[in-house]
Parts: sequence; structure tokens; C-alpha cells
Amino acid sequence: MIRARSLLGTLLLGLGLAATPALSAPPGPDFSAMPDQVAQFGNPDAPRHLIIRAAADIAFFTPVIEAFLASRPDSSITWEDWTTNALHSRVQAECTVGIASADLVFSSAADLQVELVNAGCAQPYRSPQTSALPPARNWRDELFGITEEAAVMVFNRRTFPGGAIPQNRFELLDLMRASPELDGRIATYDIGASGVGNLFAFQDSLQASTFGSLLESFGRADVVATCCSVGIVEMIREGRFLVGYNILGSYAYAVARDDPDIEIVLPSDYTLVLHRAAFIPKAALESELAGAFIDFTLSADGRQVLEQEGLIVSSWPDLPGSPIKGEVPAGRLRPIELTPALRLGLDNMKHAAFTRSWNARIKTSPRITLP
Amino acid sequence: MSARPATSYSLRRRLTLMLAAALLVGGVLVSLASASYGRRAADQAFDRLLNGAATQIIEAVIFADDHLAVDIPLSAFQLLSLAPRDRFFYAVLGPDGDLITGDVLPPPPEDAGTYYNTEVNGSAMRFARLDRTFSERGFQGRITVLVGQTTEARSALAAEIRQTALIGLGLAGAVLVALTVLATRAALHPLRLIEEALSARAPQDRHPLDLPVPHEVHRLVQALNQFMERVERILSTNRRMIADASHQLRTPIAGLRAQSELAADEPDPERLRRIVGRIHSRSVDLSRLTDQLLSRAMIIHRADAMPLLPIDLRRVAMEAAQDVSRDLPEAGDQIRLDLAGDPVMAEGDALSLREAIKNLIVNALRHGAPPVRIRAAAWGDEMSVSVADQGPGPQAGPPAPIAGQARSGGLGLHIVAAVLAAHGGRFYGERPESGGYRAIIALPAAHSAQEPAP
Repeated sequence: MIRARSLLGTLLLGLGLAATPALSAPPGPDFSAMPDQVAQFGNPDAPRHLIIRAAADIAFFTPVIEAFLASRPDSSITWEDWTTNALHSRVQAECTVGIASADLVFSSAADLQVELVNAGCAQPYRSPQTSALPPARNWRDELFGITEEAAVMVFNRRTFPGGAIPQNRFELLDLMRASPELDGRIATYDIGASGVGNLFAFQDSLQASTFGSLLESFGRADVVATCCSVGIVEMIREGRFLVGYNILGSYAYAVARDDPDIEIVLPSDYTLVLHRAAFIPKAALESELAGAFIDFTLSADGRQVLEQEGLIVSSWPDLPGSPIKGEVPAGRLRPIELTPALRLGLDNMKHAAFTRSWNARIKTSPRITLP
Repeated sequence: MSARPATSYSLRRRLTLMLAAALLVGGVLVSLASASYGRRAADQAFDRLLNGAATQIIEAVIFADDHLAVDIPLSAFQLLSLAPRDRFFYAVLGPDGDLITGDVLPPPPEDAGTYYNTEVNGSAMRFARLDRTFSERGFQGRITVLVGQTTEARSALAAEIRQTALIGLGLAGAVLVALTVLATRAALHPLRLIEEALSARAPQDRHPLDLPVPHEVHRLVQALNQFMERVERILSTNRRMIADASHQLRTPIAGLRAQSELAADEPDPERLRRIVGRIHSRSVDLSRLTDQLLSRAMIIHRADAMPLLPIDLRRVAMEAAQDVSRDLPEAGDQIRLDLAGDPVMAEGDALSLREAIKNLIVNALRHGAPPVRIRAAAWGDEMSVSVADQGPGPQAGPPAPIAGQARSGGLGLHIVAAVLAAHGGRFYGERPESGGYRAIIALPAAHSAQEPAP
């Protein structure tokens, strides 16, 4: 069983490698995308094997995987870590030809996940845990919002050039105008390379009229758009950047836990909250085990592990020295609901226009690699 | 009396079965109708979403900088998200069907109106299609917007409407069944009252039932009362007959006993022979009296027991006259028949009426003066037979209707009175101005003009 599936995976990976990058986009499904990392959990000889295709850093989800496997000695898990866009392209290609080389697709790019479910790539899964989810976190019993991760602003108190740390977008705008030393030292996602960055930026454009002036100020301040969260937070900690905007809160939290100089701000005007969303592909072979994994992440035990990793913003454990303590004011959080309305940002024309106006102001830096 | 009639059935069960059948048929019809209505209503409701979204999208199409651009508003997609479980597809197509933005979709059917059903990747979907014609300086042509959704929400709504209708029907049905059970019970209540009233009665109590019953049941009570009245009449006639018989037989038998005692002590053969002669003639009288009594009992029983049939009284009168002529040949010359030209139709038992008329003729022959004139004719609403003679009549006195118990007429008139009572007719006597006496029986006319019984 495992062997056959590994073979299929190898075959598909082989197909991807065989594609010539020099050619323009091939007319058929594009299998060329590859995971960044693959990790194996549990006994590799276990009779049941779950393949999770994720746009989620392995380190953050290792505790929940291990907790899940602790009570299931008969199961093992392969965790593939992809970038959001690569993951989307691969799953879409498989869906088009009606196969699935993974049992669970898990990504922070909620809009891309909605797009795949809308295309009919998912199979329904119902359990007491999924039924208890609010509608914003359960679409069609096919797509489930597992985490609650805020889009935050990140600062390094040590390197911050004096003055109060801005608590919302207006204060950030004012600060950028007043402090030329910030020029070139503000980082945010590259919307072209990161699906979650694109999602946050597009949601910003829908949320408030501040977006236009924010983009303008970003342009003036030579904001660097790059990929990805972990890298940006790491660079802030090192002092390369002074401000991170729309950073995935869970990654910032992990760094802030070890470094009291890192300050995380949930913008007080509004804080976008992302539900990293999971679905079981229609052709999944281990759909039952995939459902059990979803249930575990939604159960009290699973949620506790996710909370420890800072993946549930509404119950972040206290950080030493952080202004974020205890309960986050509920009105501040604006969850990105899992509805087909998320497709708007992916509309060809809308996306093209949005990208044009973004690129007109923000310069993109090549991907930052972790040291 | 306690045996159940072979054709016993339960009204309640019958009503329940009929109602169940009606409900079943009604249920099938209502569920078909509600399914169709539910589908239509759900389509209408969700078609508006499609149309609204398509309208918003098509209005967002602009022609600028030498090309078509669409800036779809968020509200268009939010509108579609109001069908919370449905996936949606959309496309903005240029004049040649080229995709400007949106999903790659099968082209709409040629004959499609604003809405059409189709399948996309194996899922049933409903689409709205809107067109907009541009007449800009740089672009003339038609833009088409297609917006389609899976049909889960509308199917769910249709099912809900159907289910609600069926639940309503089920409740109405339950109420109907309960009402029917109550109504049957209420409707049958008067019958139970009658049953209780009859069971509670002493056997000799034959008074009419006097119960507060609805008029639908009133006729039953009437029939019961009429029946009891008839039973009462028969019983009282029997009583009278027994009283009459014992009275009429007691005197001759006492006479016979006295004569026979006289004969036992009579030594003189000559006188003894005379006494025996008297005993003989008394015995003959007694035997005739007994015959009369039995015949009368038979006639009265017939009159009450036999069904009343249409008969022609002319024929009955004629037969009676013939019978009398045969029994009393010497009287034949004294009898005159005067029959109407048309049939004189009444309802009755021919045999007992014939006996009654015979009795009148014999009475006239025996107590009146010849000639005896027998007449059968219609008389107003009544059909009558009259027997007239030239004598003074049974008794001097007022020409009143002759009561059943009138002693003067002897046994014969008792028979006539009893027969007429059983027929619902009248029996009376009168003294015409031309003299003599006339006995008249009058019967109600037959209900339908039927041919006389053969």
C-alpha cells in the first residue's frame, strides 16, 4: 500500500521534474510544483499512512502531529511543506485528472483552498467536531478552518528608533511619514510569491480606505516585499528590518517567545484573522484517517497543543514583556470567513489590477533564505 | 333477537377507511403539488441571487484604455454566498464568446433564456445569463455574463417547503380523523339513546317513544312507534276477540248444558226428543258461531300482516257478491252490483277486504230489506264500496260511524271495523234521504296508478 502510493508520488514528482521550465505554460495540468520539505512521523511500517500536503511550517505542527500519533500506533504521517502557490498548483493539477497523492490538503491561503473546494476537488466529512464549527470555519462540510492566526505587525524594541510603537495602521502611517530612518527597513509579504500575503493584502484592500494611503506610504518608504513569515521575523530579530507588516502571528509568536525584544502588535483598528484551512481531496485514499486528524485538531486536546504553538490567537498564552496579554478584544479581530466570496481576490482581472497597483509601488526582493 | 344480522358492519370502520383513502389520495396530490410548488418557489428565490450577482458583474464591465475591464464588486460574490453551501462559477464573455474573466464554462445552450440548467464537471448547476450591448467609440458589441450555482440550497428549500406542506397535511389529517371519530360517536348517540330507552322498558310497555332525537333519526323513531302501535292494535284486537269469543260462546254452551241436564232428568220420550232437537239446533248455531270467530281471527290477522297491494275495489266487490250468491243461492236475486266505469284503485289486502264486504252484504240480507245494492266508486280522495238496503239499518239512532265494539251488528261488523283499521280506512253508516240504510267502507286512493292486480 505505502509502496504503491510512494511510487505514485515518485512518478508524479518525476513528471514534474521532466517538465521543461523554458517552455511556456503547458496546455495540460501542471505537475511541476514540488514541496520545500518532507518530514516523516511515526513508525514507517505502520499499516495506515496519512499524507498531509501543507503550506504550514513543519516545526509549528510537529507537536500536534506527535500528539495525534501518540494514541495511534498503527498510523504514520508524511508531512509535506509547500509554498501556498505551489501547493495550489499541484493539487489543482491532480484534481483536474481525478487523482490525489495526498489525503489532506492544509494551507494558509484560505482563498486558494476555497477555490479548490469550489472546483469540486474536496469530499465532505462530517463529525461532531466539524458540526460544532461556526459557519465561518466550515464550508460545505468540506473545508475546515483549523487555526486562528492573526495578521500582525512586528517590531524589534531594541532597534526601534525611539518613539512609541504604533498600535494601528494610522500610527504606522504617521510614523512612516515622520521617520525617514524606516525607509527600506519595513518588510511585508510578496503577494506574488506568497498566497497568504496576497490574501492579507487583498483583504486589507477590502477592509478599509486606509489601504490606498498605506500602499502609497509603503511605496515612499521603500517597503520590501519578500517571502516568507519566518524569514521576515528572523530578519527583524537580527535588526535587518525594523517593522514587519501583515506577518502571520503564529510565526511572530514563536520568535517573540524566545526574544523579549520582539513586540507583536494586533492592530487596534482591525486585525485580520486567518483560518488555515484543510480539506480531504475527493480521491484521497486515507480519507478516514484524514478526518480523524481534522477531528483531533478541533478537539480539546488538539486545540490545546495548537494554542501552545500560538496558532489560536484568541487564546495566546501570555508572552513575557508583551503587551498582548490574556484575552484579545473580540471586536478587533476580523476573521477571514471561509466562503466562496473569497474567490473575488482570485478573479483574473481583479487580481491583475490589484497586482499592478501593488507592483507600481512596492519593490519585490528575492526570497530570503534562512541562515 | 340476540343473533347478529349476517350483513353486520361497522359504520365507524367504514368511515375511517373512506377517510384514510381520501387522505391517502389527498396526500399524494398535495405532495406532488407541494414538490412542484416548492421547486418553483426555491428556483424563484435563488434565481434572484444569480440574477442579482450577474447584474452587479455586468454593470462592473467598463470599456477603458481600449480594452474591456471588469472590476467585480465584493457584494456580487457575497450575494452568491447567501446560498451557504453552494459552489458557484461565473464568466464574463466577450462578443465572440472569448473569456474576459472568470471560470472556463461550457457555453450556454442556444435556446437558453435568462436561466438554464446544465452540468459542470458532473455537478448539476443552474445558471443565469445576462447580456449587455456596448456602443462605445472604440467598442461595439455584446458582453455576456454567466453566473451559475450548484443546486444544494434550492433543493434544500424545496424539500423544506414540501416537508412543511406534508407536515401540515399530516396534522390536518390527524385532526380530521379525530373529528370523524367524534362525529360518528355523536351521530350514533341518538341510536344508543333509543336502544337504552327500549332496553329499559317493561315488555308490556308499548307507549310511543318520546326522545329528543335529531330529525334524521326521527323517522326511525316514528317507524318504531308505528310498529309498536300496530303490535298494540293486534294485541288489543286479539284481547277483544278472546273476550268476544268467550262471551259469545259462553251463552250457547251454558244453554246446551242446561238443555242436556234437562234431558237427563226427562222421563217423557216425547219431550226428550224435543229437547234433543233443541240441543241439535243449538249445536248447529254454536258450530256456525265458532266458524265465524275463526274466520274473523284469520281475516283480522291477514289485514294486519299482509302487504298492502294496489287492488281494484270493483273486482273485490264483484267477488264478494259472487261468494255471497254462491253461499246463499236464494239471495242471488236480491243483490244488485253498481260498478264505476273506471278502476277504483286502493291499496289493500284483497282477501280481507272481500270478507269485510261479504259481511256487509250478509248483514244487509239478513237484517235489512232487499234489494241490496253494492256500489264501488271513487269518492273524492277516497275509494269506497257501499252496501245499501231498504231496511231501517242496524239501530235507530244517529247515523254515526260504527264503532268496532258496536254490539248490534254482531260479529260481522267487528270484522269490518278491524279490517278497515288495519287498512287505515274508514267504516261508517248513513241513512240516505231516499230511505234505507247504507254501510260504507272508504280507503285512501292508491299512491300510484298501477294496473289492477290480476
